[in-house]
Amino acid sequence: MEYEAVIGIETHVELATASKMFCGCPAQFGADPNTNVCPVCLGLPGALPVPNEQAIEWIVAIGLALDCEIAHRSQFHRKNYFYADQPKNYQISQFDVPVCSGGRLDIEVAGVVSRVRINRVHMEEDTGKMIHVGGGGRIKDADHSLLDFNRSGVPLVEIVTEPDLSSPQQARAFAQELQTIVLALGVSDAKLEEGSMRFDGNVSIRPKGTQEMGTKVEVKNMNSFRSLERALAYEIERQTAALEAGEQVLQETRHWDEGAGVTGGMRSKEESSDYRYFPEPDLVPIEINDTRREAIRNALPELPAARRLRWAALGIDPASIAVLVAGGSDLAGVFDGAVAAGADPKTVANWLTGEVTAFLRRELVDLGATPLTGGYLFELERLYAAGDLSSTAAKQVLVGVLAGEGSPAEVAEERDLIQISDTGALATEIDRVLAEHPAAYQRLKEGDPKVVGFLVGQVMKVTAGKADPKVVSTMLRQKAED
Amino acid sequence: MSSPADLTLAEASAGLRGGKLSARELLEATFDRASLTEAELHAYLTIDHENARAAAAAADEAQANGLWVGPLHGIPVAIKDNMVTAALQTTAGSQILAGYVPPYDATAVTALKSAGAIIVGKTNLDEFAMGSSTENSGYGPSANPWDTTRVPGGSSGGSAAAVAAGSAMIALGSDTGGSIRQPASLCGVVGMKPTYGLVSRYGLIAFASSLDQIGPISRTVEDAAATLEVIAGHDPLDATSYRGEYPRYRSLLGEGVSGLRVGVVAELSGAGIHPEVLSAFRSAVDSLAEGGAIVSEVSLPSMEYALSAYYLIAPAECSANLARFDGVRYGLRVDGATVEEMTARTRAAGFGPEVTRRILLGTYALSAGYYDAFYGQAQKVRTLVIQDFTRAYEGVDVLVSPTSPITAFELGSRTEDPLSMYLVDVCTIPSNLAGTPGISVPVGIDGAGLPIGFQIMAPALGEEVLFRVAAEVERASAWNNRRPPMVEADHGV
Repeated sequence: MEYEAVIGIETHVELATASKMFCGCPAQFGADPNTNVCPVCLGLPGALPVPNEQAIEWIVAIGLALDCEIAHRSQFHRKNYFYADQPKNYQISQFDVPVCSGGRLDIEVAGVVSRVRINRVHMEEDTGKMIHVGGGGRIKDADHSLLDFNRSGVPLVEIVTEPDLSSPQQARAFAQELQTIVLALGVSDAKLEEGSMRFDGNVSIRPKGTQEMGTKVEVKNMNSFRSLERALAYEIERQTAALEAGEQVLQETRHWDEGAGVTGGMRSKEESSDYRYFPEPDLVPIEINDTRREAIRNALPELPAARRLRWAALGIDPASIAVLVAGGSDLAGVFDGAVAAGADPKTVANWLTGEVTAFLRRELVDLGATPLTGGYLFELERLYAAGDLSSTAAKQVLVGVLAGEGSPAEVAEERDLIQISDTGALATEIDRVLAEHPAAYQRLKEGDPKVVGFLVGQVMKVTAGKADPKVVSTMLRQKAED
Repeated sequence: MSSPADLTLAEASAGLRGGKLSARELLEATFDRASLTEAELHAYLTIDHENARAAAAAADEAQANGLWVGPLHGIPVAIKDNMVTAALQTTAGSQILAGYVPPYDATAVTALKSAGAIIVGKTNLDEFAMGSSTENSGYGPSANPWDTTRVPGGSSGGSAAAVAAGSAMIALGSDTGGSIRQPASLCGVVGMKPTYGLVSRYGLIAFASSLDQIGPISRTVEDAAATLEVIAGHDPLDATSYRGEYPRYRSLLGEGVSGLRVGVVAELSGAGIHPEVLSAFRSAVDSLAEGGAIVSEVSLPSMEYALSAYYLIAPAECSANLARFDGVRYGLRVDGATVEEMTARTRAAGFGPEVTRRILLGTYALSAGYYDAFYGQAQKVRTLVIQDFTRAYEGVDVLVSPTSPITAFELGSRTEDPLSMYLVDVCTIPSNLAGTPGISVPVGIDGAGLPIGFQIMAPALGEEVLFRVAAEVERASAWNNRRPPMVEADHGV
């Protein structure tokens, strides 16, 4: 029998607000353990939550970007379960009235566009982190566990799709598109490897063409797009094999093991949990009237879909557009700034998708942390277009600018990369080379085209690579005709 | 020779200001009174001699330099031990928090200190404020100063007993279902629960968040109003804190009740109320009528269901609020082979039977399949109670009833029967469900020599009229700051 997969994705996005969801502690990642904590996010007796208004604005922005309805009045609930990394042993989350509901996101796989419906987008708080010491880092065999509450209370947005996806490739495309939207909105670092964006998949299979849903399995712990795709593919294969062998698929949560390339079952106890949701009495409902919602809508930046259309019209190829869009608002800002100043879009796009992206990846920095601006990129493109910089030199200057060595002109000067395209200066050098290589000069005069390359190389050598090879070549050809 | 410990806030304040009394003298008199009574009363869990003495000395020095810190300058105040105090042990009456020292002050405590108050110590209570007698304290019960074989009421029993005995001039209590008003009634003092949101709950160890409210316990209505002026106010750390204007609550004291419409709640002033209590209640109502109030009987049909709704909503909220006491970060820890076992053992050892009962009750009420029938239904009843009150206040300015159906009962007499204990709060619970203010004022003594309290209720933010009526009840009752026999000798009566 042939089976088809039914996939839904739950995405958690940690918002990059300055402070946590319900207290004033810094929300940033990477501080020493238990330094960004206070009575509220440690769940000390008597402490009370106060909602972060910035986080509320940002979840509305996410909802609007996904075409969701925004509730005029939504409610926080307590989700009750005991876990040592959760200081209150309940999580402040949302239940029957989330901030956003009923949206959609279009994705494209191999030229086919499909629509993924968004069930809901709700606001909650993150838990602390548990580090298990000994026993291979698993709680079951650990000698002891350490707790870090820096992450406790960081604002978390959960985005839940309808089960509209049917392949791991679609799931990956959805995840990537969602990431580009979150980056474009500038509301999260959206780093999968740091856990600031996390995807869980709900997978079931059913005989192809049937409507009834199969047993759903939740797959967790994928920390890259590739592992999301692999985990879902594995899970579909596993469930298919089970059904074909006449076995049943158990409703459970399974962990993706990246190294082994398999999913494994977790504690079965968790499946029967009853979270006993009830309205959070420490908080009043979230009110978002039409005026506030429209103000947030009007402040939305350009979204990836619109960016793609606009950049395609500039003649940028789809592969470059994909990289530019994935770079988020910072990259888009630099690109648009350079183009608006008058730079050639294709040249600038090539640099951004090539050298700049490689630099950021190599140095592990964000574009926003470098001095590169649209203005600098325009200045560099002018130097290149005027022939003052060779293609290679331009890329070297770009790296210098990224590294903070100064403006393109300053870097070119400092690194001594300005091309000699002044024919007067080059004529002297050419004459010297021809004098040193009489045999080659002779062949040039006889019209041997193959010798031109050799002579250009010699000129480049004596000018330490600064001569403009195109100009030298032209001048040599003229010399031959003289 | 009377002791300064028996002065009212207004009298002591005048003495301090006029230089006739020092904060140190007042504090030492308070400590002396505690030495005299604590062995029998056990009103306090912690008395902070050292810091209180330092604060009193500082208050005197400030005054010598011409600096009057605030309206509670030099006044010895006790804090119910479910409000956190920086560097001072806070247990909520539970063994699960034995030895716990908080890193911060509750907002209400900060307000008291900023107004110049001297924190004497932390008073006993039913564990996590769950109870009506202080017998559920994890540290042993308190006794009633009027008869030490009887309970002081609860859960703010330690605070009420301390104020009645003079081992504090005023005290803070918290009221979730009557926990300020009922012990005030049983101890012959004034106890006031403000409108929900008026006093910040930040730093109050939560029992039932949607019902909890901090309020003053004092010997006079005026002192209660003055204390409320200090502790009420918007707090950005409490999302449910009221954001509007905070008037001066003493503004209408002494205005009398002429022309005010007073409604006697039919459902709370007949069956189930002890005859002696009812008789004292009726006399007080008569005195209001004599004072020119227009008295009528008002029916609030939902009162019958309020107690049941309360005993679903409060346990439901407490089941989540008390989940944080897990042995992981603070308080008691009983080791186990796994985290789950450690938490289960810690909670089993740390919580007393009543707290355990309510956590189980609340967990059950919120469970899948039962939520609608229990918690959901209780919320509907709560809505009906609010509607009943709203309708009633269209016709009257205040509602009145006895505070407690009975006077102080014998220690141990009701501990075996939780339901009979729950019934003690039947008159006070409705105000908590509605989030409206209520006050208990002593109006008489029963045949056994035990105080009887009179409850006044007002619409949300109706504190001014509430205190106005309370002052008239106090004036007309000839209670005249009557003191318990155990302190009469020291009091100099």
